[in-house]
Parts: sequence; structure tokens; C-alpha cells
Amino acid sequence: MSKTGLQREQRKFTFLLLAPGLLTIIIFTSIPALTTLSYAFFHWKGFQRGSFAGFENFHRLFSFPFKDQFLMALRHNLLVFVGIFTLQTAAGILIAYSLYRMIKGQRFFRTVTFLPVIFSLVIVGYMWQALLDPFYGPVNNILHSIGLDSLARTWLGSTSTALPTLVFINLWRWVGFPAIIFLSGFNAINQEYLEAARIDGASEGQIFRKVMFPLLAPSMTIVAILTFIGAFEWFDLPYVLGGSSGGPAGATDTLALMFYRLSFGSVDSGANEIGIGSALGVLIFSIVGVGAAFGSKYLRSREVDV
Amino acid sequence: MIKALSSRIFFRSILIFNAVMVLVPVLFLINSSLRETNDFARNPIKLATSPHWANFSSVWANGAFATYLKNSLIITVGSTILILTLALGAGFVLGRYTFKGQNFIMGFILSGMLVPAKLAILPLFIQLKWMHLLDSHLGLILVYTSGALPAAIFIMSGFFRSLPADLDSAARIDGASEFQLLRRVLAPLVRPGLSIVAIYSAIPIWNDFFLPLVFLQTPEKKTIMQGLTVFFGEYSSQWGIIFAGLTLAALPLIVLYLILSEQFIKGLTAGAVKG
Repeated sequence: MSKTGLQREQRKFTFLLLAPGLLTIIIFTSIPALTTLSYAFFHWKGFQRGSFAGFENFHRLFSFPFKDQFLMALRHNLLVFVGIFTLQTAAGILIAYSLYRMIKGQRFFRTVTFLPVIFSLVIVGYMWQALLDPFYGPVNNILHSIGLDSLARTWLGSTSTALPTLVFINLWRWVGFPAIIFLSGFNAINQEYLEAARIDGASEGQIFRKVMFPLLAPSMTIVAILTFIGAFEWFDLPYVLGGSSGGPAGATDTLALMFYRLSFGSVDSGANEIGIGSALGVLIFSIVGVGAAFGSKYLRSREVDV
Repeated sequence: MIKALSSRIFFRSILIFNAVMVLVPVLFLINSSLRETNDFARNPIKLATSPHWANFSSVWANGAFATYLKNSLIITVGSTILILTLALGAGFVLGRYTFKGQNFIMGFILSGMLVPAKLAILPLFIQLKWMHLLDSHLGLILVYTSGALPAAIFIMSGFFRSLPADLDSAARIDGASEFQLLRRVLAPLVRPGLSIVAIYSAIPIWNDFFLPLVFLQTPEKKTIMQGLTVFFGEYSSQWGIIFAGLTLAALPLIVLYLILSEQFIKGLTAGAVKG
């Protein structure tokens, strides 16, 4: 085959193989993502776009009755982020280090650790709803049978325990993910550093704190950023267990739930407010985008180059 | 010596505790799916010594459940095949050829990885309605494909790039066309990449709740994860049936995971772990 013939065939092939994929991304990701910003600056009647609204939608989001909802949801997202990040990082590192130190049987425990990650949050949510049922749930039953009656409660039904309970369920489902990330972080550490520290007489605890933990920083960056994004887009679990209004009594309401109610209408009020919903969407995206950008910049700067 | 031993016991008990925390709820779920509702209500914590299979036939008798499963299967398999096909082709071109505008296209694809689907949900909803793809499996398949494709192309182009360049020239000298080169020579060699992409795409699509909730309205079109919320409302106090439904929805993935756990872990952490 002549050179030009090959080039012509390659050019044809390039177009043929790239175009369908690129077109799909442009139509179903790029165009919606770009137009979403404009939605916040228009009046909407149902799904019909009206006149230009300027910043009115943002203004309405920050006045009665949306302002209080927004602030409460934002507070919940922040609490969820702090709670999930602290617990998942601590538990994840502990599990990862235990796996790292294990020579025989690591595969079994690794498989078990990651198992809940493959479950849908819908299944996880309902499974825990059953486990935590105030009357028939085994958790309260066990507490009663070992005489800890005072600890038994309506975990998901009371405003004070609902959010922490959701954070715990989230931990159950997700901790295997950071654990595996941290494990590969531990595995990536050069054995020579550990040998050198051992020769210098450092204890295992000192080696962990002074050598391994700092070298874990790249894994920490990934886990922190993913947790941050996940926490501010938290939707499935609170929706499955508390409905679109974040029950009981808004105790588990989040920004994503509020965005959903405004966009597609809530059970109680019915009507949707696309303009205000889009304004909230822009805000959520800014929080996530700015937070993730600054967070990763800061976290990267503390990664040691070796 | 004693210190080393006690620390080994400490770390081992962490893993055992973790395994118990993970497995007990799952085993409780499966065990309870084999118990009669009345029996369960009397004592929630008991082994199903004489399995009550009728729960599963009750779930199946509710025809909607099979429909939900079938819908999820259509959407997941359809999207995954489309993602694999498109990513194989685009990955080949981007990983093996050099052409004008290549960096620009790669940059564009990478930028697609940064867009969260939830952000674009409203314009997407209106756009799908306008294209008559709302409340349709095809519409959902296209949205999922678009969402997973950037990362899938990125992963596949990496796999293609890592193959030795001699393969191409040798195949061309033997008279292979570009299509034959891709199909017969290179595609079999990037199979590990395809399995990562398949799991990376299929599991989140099977498990997804948000997009079907927004895009599918007709009850007969709903997926299993939406269906479970309907199901849970319908049988709210019939524990045996509820547990059987949840088990039936969870079991396919558990079995697959037990067979392919390494691939699952690699596929689901793809992008987060280097190498």
C-alpha cells in the first residue's frame, strides 16, 4: 500500500472512530453543561422559559422561604462532609494499614472490605432501615437483650439522630473505597525508606507517623477531594431514607435535595421553580468547584516529592 | 517480640471486626429473606433453619419486579456495550495515531470528566423532552454513555499507547487494513483495559438512582433501584417479602463480585489510583 493510501485510510478511520463518541459527549454533556448557567438568569413558568431575570432568582433564593431552607441544608452538607471525612479517613487508614501489615489472608479481608462499595445506596439504605427499625430491627433488639435499653432509639425517625445515622450508613457503604486507595498508597512507599528508618532504630509507630503517614499524602488528596464532592452532592441516601424533603422534619435535608425539589417540584407544594433551582445549582457547582480546586491545590502542596 | 506479637493481634482484630461489621448485615438480609414474616416479627434475630422460599415466589409473582430487573439489564448492558465500542475506537485513534488537533480533542474529552451530571440535569431534561428521548431507555443509555465515555476513552487510549509500535507496522506489512489491525491485532491486547472500563461503567449505571428518578416516569419503564422504592412502599410491613426483594436485587452483583473481585476493585477505583 502506498504511503498516501495509508494516510488517507487513517484519516478516514480517525473521523469514523472519533466522531460518534465526540458527538455523544457534545450533545449530552457539553451543551447541557453550558446552557445550565443561563437558566439561572431567566424567569420560568413550569418548563417554559420566560423573560430575562437578571439576579432575581439568586435574590429570591436568599429571601423567605428559601433562605432558611438553604442555610439549613448547607449546614447539613458541611456537617456531613466533616463527619464523613473524619470517620472515613481514620477508619480507612486503620483498615488499610492492617491490610498492609497482613501477609497471609490479605486477599479475603480486602475482598470483604470492598464489598459494600458495590452495593447501590438504595439497597444499603433499605437494608439499614430494616436493621434499625425501632421495633423489629435487630440493632434495638440486641441493645434490649443485653440490658442497654437506654441506648435503643428511633434512629432514623428522630431529628437528633437521623443525620448522624445517615453518616454512619454512608460510612458502612463507602469506607472500603478510601481503605483500598490508602492501601495502594502504602504499597507505593519505597521499602528502602522503611529499611533506613528501621536501621536508625525507629519503632514501628514512629515509622508510621514520621515516614509512612507523610508519604500517604497523595492518597489523602484523592480521598479528601472525592469526599468533598460527594458530600456536597449528597442525594441518594437522604432521599431513600427521608424522602425529597429530607425527613424527619428536614433534619436530613441537603442542597442536592433542595435543588431536586425546586427543579422538579416537591410532594407537598407540587409546583417547580426552575429559575431558583438553577440559581441553587450554580451555587452548588461553585462551592464544589472552588472547594475542590483550592483544596487540591493546598493538599498537593503538602505532598512530599521523593 | 511480645510487642510485635501484640501489634499483630491488634491489626488482625481490626480486620476481623471490620469483616464482621460488613458481613453480618448482609448475612442478616439474606437470612431474613428466607423467613416467614410472622416468624420474623416474633423474633428478628434467628437463623432460617427451614427456608421459606415462598418469599421469593411472592416477589416474582409481583410481575413488576421482573420488569424492573429487565429494564435495568437493558439499560446497563446497552450503555456498557455502547461505551466499550466507542471507547475502543476513539482510544485506538488517540493512542496509536498522531494527527492535527489531537491534543485539543484529548483536552476536550478530559474536560468532559469534570462535568457532574447532576449539574446539567435541568437542560438535559428539557433537551431530552425536545428530542423525544424523555421517559425512554434509549435516552438514558445515551446520557450514561456520554457521562462515562470521557474516562473510558482516557483509560483505553492509555492502554493502546502502551503497546509496542512494531505491532502496527508488522501487521501493515502483512497487508492488514487499519480495521483488521484494530480488530485482530490490537483489540485482543487491550482486553484488560476493556474489563476495567466495563466495570467502571456498568456498576454505577446498574446502581444509579438519580437519573432514572428524573428521566423515567412510566411505571413499566422504571429500573430496579427505582422499583425498590415502589416495592418498599407496597409491602411496608411484610418483612419476608421485602428482604427477599432486596436480596434478589443485591445478589447478582454480589455473586459477580465474588468471582471477579480483583477486576471490580481495579475497575471501581480506576482514575483514583495510578497504575
